Amino acid sequence: MEKLYSNQQEQAEFNKVCPKTINFLISFSQALYEVEYKNLRFETFLN
Amino acid sequence: MKLKIEDSELVRNYINGDEQALATLINKHNQRITSFIYSKVLDRTITEDIFQDTFIKVIKTLKKGSYSEEGKFLPWVMRIAHNLIIDHFRKNKRMPKFEGSDDFNIFSVIGDDKLNAEKQLIKDQIDSDLKFLIEELPDDQKEVLVMRIYKDMSFKEISENTGVSINTALGRMRYALINLRKIIEKNNIVLTN
Repeated sequence: MEKLYSNQQEQAEFNKVCPKTINFLISFSQALYEVEYKNLRFETFLN
Repeated sequence: MKLKIEDSELVRNYINGDEQALATLINKHNQRITSFIYSKVLDRTITEDIFQDTFIKVIKTLKKGSYSEEGKFLPWVMRIAHNLIIDHFRKNKRMPKFEGSDDFNIFSVIGDDKLNAEKQLIKDQIDSDLKFLIEELPDDQKEVLVMRIYKDMSFKEISENTGVSINTALGRMRYALINLRKIIEKNNIVLTN
């Protein structure tokens, strides 16, 4: 029965990224804009 | 009571400009995606990096409007994370990383005895200056010095090649060096690296 358990117990220790990473992604998303000009799409960032 | 919103609806809301929907999506799947990445790379910092890169790709794709909703948001994100994990290992294979500890630093064992770019330039300049100075020596001294220094010949070989005794060759070498020093001092030339 014990063989069903993983040997790599350390894996369970880290299962969520820190809030800083999530905040960065949200800020990144808020700053990123797609602009279309003459059939061309540009990525722009708002500061 | 907590209302459970489907991924497809959150994605739709996000595409329509609801930034909060993204935060909900990230928080909702944080644990599964992080555990998945960490189970492969076994490093917290790399997991954070890959998680971040995964969602940067997700955000760009959604904003671009090139995501087709088929009710498979999580498998799609997992696929992106999986590809980035593969990229990470490929990159590491090309350029293996070795981190030393406080007790042991690999660079204290492996040294690079090559000169840096600046020192190499200075050395080239000195070598070139020295060639001009050697040209100033009398021919017999110049001949012995060139054979000894540049051709790496022994004094026995020099004596055989020039037809003089070993002692004469040694004497010419000695005077060549004395005269070189004189020329250097006279002209205030600095030959140091």
